[in-house]
Amino acid sequence: MSAVAVKYPELQKLGVELLAISTDSRFSHKIWQEEELSKMVEGGVPFPLLSDAGGRVGSVYGVYDDDAGVDIRGRFLIDPDFNIRAMEVMTPEVGRNVAELIRQVKAFQHVVSTGEVTPAGWVPGKPTLTPGPDLAGKVWKVWKVDNAF
Amino acid sequence: MAEAKDGCVKPSKGVIVPEMEVVADQPQMKKEVPKMLARVGKPAPDFELSAFFEGGFKNFRLSDYKGKWIVICFYPGDFTFV
Repeated sequence: MSAVAVKYPELQKLGVELLAISTDSRFSHKIWQEEELSKMVEGGVPFPLLSDAGGRVGSVYGVYDDDAGVDIRGRFLIDPDFNIRAMEVMTPEVGRNVAELIRQVKAFQHVVSTGEVTPAGWVPGKPTLTPGPDLAGKVWKVWKVDNAF
Repeated sequence: MAEAKDGCVKPSKGVIVPEMEVVADQPQMKKEVPKMLARVGKPAPDFELSAFFEGGFKNFRLSDYKGKWIVICFYPGDFTFV
């Protein structure tokens, strides 16, 4: 969470609202913020820590682990029309990559505002594609695999 | 309007499902076991949860952010290290 907190200004610049959720109580969130997070990130994490008691919300989002009784790591990107655009769910051992989240936000925002599509590995500045009948079978002419890396 | 922050007893609504059609002659279950509803390209399931934010406790409802880009991060627990 502290890694997300450090990149939060960048997410804010992209107009992203962030909500963090675990099955811990809000009292636990308070102590974690005050005792630990505020020492890792100045001022603590700048977004709300939500309490999903019993994993009810986690169940609906497919991240609640019945056996462990916790919401496993899951990240969901929702667009302004309230549709889910992307989701990533991982077992707890591996942390998330905030840079990839930011890339996806930029890609989806680009797609929504231009109607173009972003090929594999797209980052801002790289070529996009404009889907249509003319492009079928001709992607190789306008986009090289090297562009993905 | 007074400060929205609450003390320690205000319950949150949890998962908020759109009005379900009432089927006649069937016993009404008060709470069903929630099934996974989240799908890419489909509307985000709405919810309201209590939270700790800016030094106080407050309820947050996802749909209050409608019209903005939203990221939800679930994590396994406070004090875990990843």
